Amino acid sequence: MRNVAIVGIGQTPVGELWEKSIRHLGHDAVVAAMHDAGIETADALYVGNMLSGELAGQEHLATLIADFVGLRGIEAAKVEAACASGAAALRVGVMAVASGQADVVIVAGVEKMTDTPIDETTAGLALAADQEYEVAEGATFVALNAMLMQRYMHEYGVSHRDFAPFPINAHANARNNPFAMFRSPITLDKYEKATVIAPPINILDSSPVCDGAAAVVLVPLERAREFGRHKRIVRVAASVTATDTIAIHDRRDPLFLEAAYLSSQRAYAQAGLGPEDIDLFELHDAFSIMSVLSLEACGFAPRGRGIELGQSGAITLGGKIPITTMGGLKARGHPVGATGIYQVVEAVQQLRGEAGANQLPHAHVAMTQNIGGSGATIITHILVGEE
Amino acid sequence: MHIARNWRVKHQRYSLTGEICHHCGAKVFPPRDVCPECTQPAYEPVRLSGLGEVYSFTTVYEAPTGFEAQAPYHLALIKLVEGPMLTAQLTDVDPNEVRIGMPVEMVTRKLSQEGDEGLIQYGYKFRPRIQAKAA
Ligand SMILES: [Zn+2]
Repeated sequence: MRNVAIVGIGQTPVGELWEKSIRHLGHDAVVAAMHDAGIETADALYVGNMLSGELAGQEHLATLIADFVGLRGIEAAKVEAACASGAAALRVGVMAVASGQADVVIVAGVEKMTDTPIDETTAGLALAADQEYEVAEGATFVALNAMLMQRYMHEYGVSHRDFAPFPINAHANARNNPFAMFRSPITLDKYEKATVIAPPINILDSSPVCDGAAAVVLVPLERAREFGRHKRIVRVAASVTATDTIAIHDRRDPLFLEAAYLSSQRAYAQAGLGPEDIDLFELHDAFSIMSVLSLEACGFAPRGRGIELGQSGAITLGGKIPITTMGGLKARGHPVGATGIYQVVEAVQQLRGEAGANQLPHAHVAMTQNIGGSGATIITHILVGEE
Repeated sequence: MHIARNWRVKHQRYSLTGEICHHCGAKVFPPRDVCPECTQPAYEPVRLSGLGEVYSFTTVYEAPTGFEAQAPYHLALIKLVEGPMLTAQLTDVDPNEVRIGMPVEMVTRKLSQEGDEGLIQYGYKFRPRIQAKAA
């Protein structure tokens, strides 16, 4: 197997982008990534997307985007794994380059969620849950996460207020990200007074419904110097997918994200690294509770104590394990199938030293983690910046 | 619509029928023909008691299509006495009374309705356990 490098990144602003259709979002991100890599063509395009059929009435998405960016003729396919579709597409791209099947691969994540009324979008997101045994009983995606948060508070004796540092950190970091949806800071007071959607989850615990697209260009590591003009090359040191039951009720221990544990452990082994080597962690903060469960399952805190990483400031840009360094799902936004690629684009910015005001002084190893459903598909990548 | 899709799960919805694994004795719900505990085949149907307790809960204010008439409603994870956990609504309950660990029992209720003329789904919900009946 060949080592794989990321030599190009591109992204669109995240938000309610009514003037852009799904094909134009995909186009903008792919063209930006191709420009960043200095390429005019590619062998394949893989597109991570969850809901184009449901919300935009458009399937066959990757072929459509390939044509619209002037790459008619190349291999193209859409990859779907609920909210983890972006990272799932990246994993396909990594396998294609690593195996020697392709030399230059573009991987995009695209989602268009704001054209439809909110109840249609909500119903679309619920497609990631078990239709016969969760959704048929009246479960929504936020309700499932709310039950995890409620149980966590009960089991470990923490209050809702203890989760505040996670969205506060995300919003603080989004302030300096020109592509982020919410660039205004929030306070503890604002968090405590926010509208409750499904108790204990309130509006500031939840990532927003939005549109966006991001893309990366992959090549074999030994050829990375031929592409782009970047001082540092970003190597994909680990790429791992793990799964769990789709329904939360089928898990032995709902508060333990087994797929996060499995995918991070395998990723650490692939990269020959451990949690202590990770300089930043772009995790999947779709809801505040998911950040906490992910930090625990990936070995950054013991069970029940991930919440303390918020209170101690460890998750901030100056802390021991900075997370959501450009705003995360909460404040950059969560265009579901695009999110996994946004995380990687932002990690590459940090590893290259292109993160602007949010640049970490020692960013050599980054971990990204994209979650599909309420913990059912979890995909972890470890990226290493090399001179 | 989706008549066949709902008809197929009638035994689960109306009588909480799961499966028993003859290899390890585990009761399985929802039925999946493979025991989640020991991965051996588990085909024999078994009706569960419908008794359990609340593992966690929330309130759904913004109901999905088909559930609007019932909103707001309590959604819960119910740990059944036989072991399996399931997701269901709580019904006939005082909102201030709902807590983790609350003993509950299954009842059959209307789950959702597809518009004024569409299919009405019935299935299990859970209410606080009535002690006299349980004794
Ligand atoms: Zn068994």
